[in-house]
Amino acid sequence: MRTLAIFLGVILTCAAQAQPDLDAGRKLFQAHCTVCHGPQGDGGKGTNLAQPRLPRAADDQTLARIITLGIPGTEMPLTRMTPQQLANVIAYVRSLGAVPAEPLNGNAVRGEQVYRGKGNCAQCHALDGRGGTLGPELTDIGLRRSPGYLRESLTDPEAAIPDSFTSYKKVTLLPDNFLQVRIITADGRHFSGARVNEDAFSIQVRDAAGHIESFFKEELQALHKDWGKSPMPSYRGLLAPAELEDVVAYLASLRGYR
Amino acid sequence: MNLRLLAVLIVGPIAAQITPDRLLHPEREPGNWLTYSGNYQGHRYSPLDQINTTNVARLKPVWVYQINDTNQFETSPLVVDGILYISEPPSNATALDARTGRPLWMYRRPVPPDVRVCCGQVNRGLAISGDTLYLGTVDAHLIALDARTGHVRWDIVVADYTTGHSITAAPLVVKDKVIVGISGGEYGIRGFLDAYDGETGKRAWRFWTVPGPGDPGHETWAGGSWKTGSAPTWVTGSYDPELNLLFWGTGNPGPDYNGAPREGDNLFANSLLAIDPNTGKLRWHFQFTPHDVHDWDANHVPVLAEATVRGKSRKVVAVANRNGFYYLLDRATGEFLLGTPFARQTWAKGLDDRGRPILLEGKSPSPEGTMVYPGLHGGTNWFSPSYSPQTGLFYVAAREEATSFYLGVPEYYPGNFFSAGGFRGIAGMEPSGAIRALDLATGKQAWEFSLHSPPWAGLLSTAGGLVFGGTNEGHFFALNAVTGKPLWRFPTGGPVQSNPMSFLSHGKQLVAVAAGHALFVFGE
Repeated sequence: MRTLAIFLGVILTCAAQAQPDLDAGRKLFQAHCTVCHGPQGDGGKGTNLAQPRLPRAADDQTLARIITLGIPGTEMPLTRMTPQQLANVIAYVRSLGAVPAEPLNGNAVRGEQVYRGKGNCAQCHALDGRGGTLGPELTDIGLRRSPGYLRESLTDPEAAIPDSFTSYKKVTLLPDNFLQVRIITADGRHFSGARVNEDAFSIQVRDAAGHIESFFKEELQALHKDWGKSPMPSYRGLLAPAELEDVVAYLASLRGYR
Repeated sequence: MNLRLLAVLIVGPIAAQITPDRLLHPEREPGNWLTYSGNYQGHRYSPLDQINTTNVARLKPVWVYQINDTNQFETSPLVVDGILYISEPPSNATALDARTGRPLWMYRRPVPPDVRVCCGQVNRGLAISGDTLYLGTVDAHLIALDARTGHVRWDIVVADYTTGHSITAAPLVVKDKVIVGISGGEYGIRGFLDAYDGETGKRAWRFWTVPGPGDPGHETWAGGSWKTGSAPTWVTGSYDPELNLLFWGTGNPGPDYNGAPREGDNLFANSLLAIDPNTGKLRWHFQFTPHDVHDWDANHVPVLAEATVRGKSRKVVAVANRNGFYYLLDRATGEFLLGTPFARQTWAKGLDDRGRPILLEGKSPSPEGTMVYPGLHGGTNWFSPSYSPQTGLFYVAAREEATSFYLGVPEYYPGNFFSAGGFRGIAGMEPSGAIRALDLATGKQAWEFSLHSPPWAGLLSTAGGLVFGGTNEGHFFALNAVTGKPLWRFPTGGPVQSNPMSFLSHGKQLVAVAAGHALFVFGE
């Protein structure tokens, strides 16, 4: 164990000093990591690495330790690499979650006023855990999405609905999309909302007001799943072009809990 | 001599011994579960019928045993005369009182911090012979434990774990030998199947699943690619005592997704092997997926049965394969009898008259990704099918999930992942699953029961007319074996990723399944 610790110390120190080669890192990633983390690093059987903050690896030292030792109790194996290879693959992993910098034309302060006022965004979206629950939480959306993506989501909400469903994960515990469903119960009641969870025998749905209803499927007459649909309106006509840019600037400024 | 003492001397020791004869005739003691699949034929069928279609609705938990490890809990218990023997992740064993779930002994083995297991440090079960239990470990040891106390009798190294070898499958005892499969298909190991003397731990034979120079099949590997050819043997096989043949599946060739460095059929990867257990010699082989590039391991429990095929009674072996096809072979000769899809597949036009797939163009992994059904995890996977002699139906937990296959760089370094590619799900296509009942002789579907997501749990059929199965969302359920209608379910609160089984405790039928991080035992 002591030998391992010394070995690891040397590896990590050397890795920290090495000049990373991004292209070599990409090749290593494709050879050893894509099998679980996906070809773009955005997750598979393994976690999504294409995010700006890795929950288990805030700094490169920790990331190097995880690659070298694996994560006990999980499926993350250890991988032997030279310090240079380690530096290369770390640089590549860090590049996966980087949101491309784009010029912002709007004013974030005015954007916040639109968000809270005319846009009524908080009715469906939450910031710092406060606000609506119908749509995605936006606390760090500026880290996760580019201004171009945010602009498109405002004008054409159905262009990119989160629909990865963790489909290729071994176990699906919670759907990570906002699938809209319409339900008719056996006694003729109608209900619609976003699916919160589902299994072979039951489904849980949240309506626009935030109420959660749970149904056993044997109690239902019909269960419609509206793939690709979003309850969010297009803001193309609702906001002036300058206001849209302001909201984009505001959303791009949201980078985590304040 | 005191008569009572005489009885203890005779009955006591004899009752505790699992003789070869007892392993051959589990039907004489339906309250026990002596091998991984319940019998050598791989049926995972319980002849018990106390729990049946009329009363299963009243089933409730009798006891729950919780484990203390975050790895997946995939064990299938053995039961001998009122004691459950289970494995726990990563490489532990526990004896439990069948009536109460109270542990009788625990064997806890520290595992080196640098073991290499592709898909979780798991263990799927034990084997027993005499009063010795056999446990394979994630650092590729085989351990013999005293079944009375859990003390180690011997501990041998099967292979070097630092180069990616591990053992996750339950061993299989055949006569005086312990048959052990190896894992490591994602690490470019050279696969094998081993037999050890149950008494001493001395290796009796090794069959290399990737033939070396001069051996038949070696010519199906380009250049030196055989050295990292994989073809692991990570799921327990079956045994036919009459033919004296072992049937064992093999996994993917290495590297998984990039076939360029290993031109050829890559024998004996993705195959079913028929091996003489006395000598380790190959009698015949059947390759389901020649030159596989989709990671469609043929690591399944082969189901042995008698069936009338085209008017002729045959001894058959049935396999629902990860590649989406159901196969029926003559198990004396390996002759292909029939093959038909049991899950959605988009890679083959069909099978030719010898069972070789007729490939469709453009289905290989590519830099931009190639969508194929079944996905990497297959139309089914390692978890057990079940065969009920009562219904003549073969039950399989089927997966309906496409994935995009990506081509990567083949770069071998001992002990590192050697997959040369990857996969991802398809946006907008929610995967699903089903329990399907197939006519064993024809592969024709009798019924199906839909699941929300592609399952990771095996099946148990019973003489009570039931099929038990589990879901990722945590339900353990019972279906009518003839119609597929759901009759009972219990939400365990954790994903079911194991094989159910059934036994008697104090004359009462119980059903056990591992779910989440606990073993659940149900009874009336």
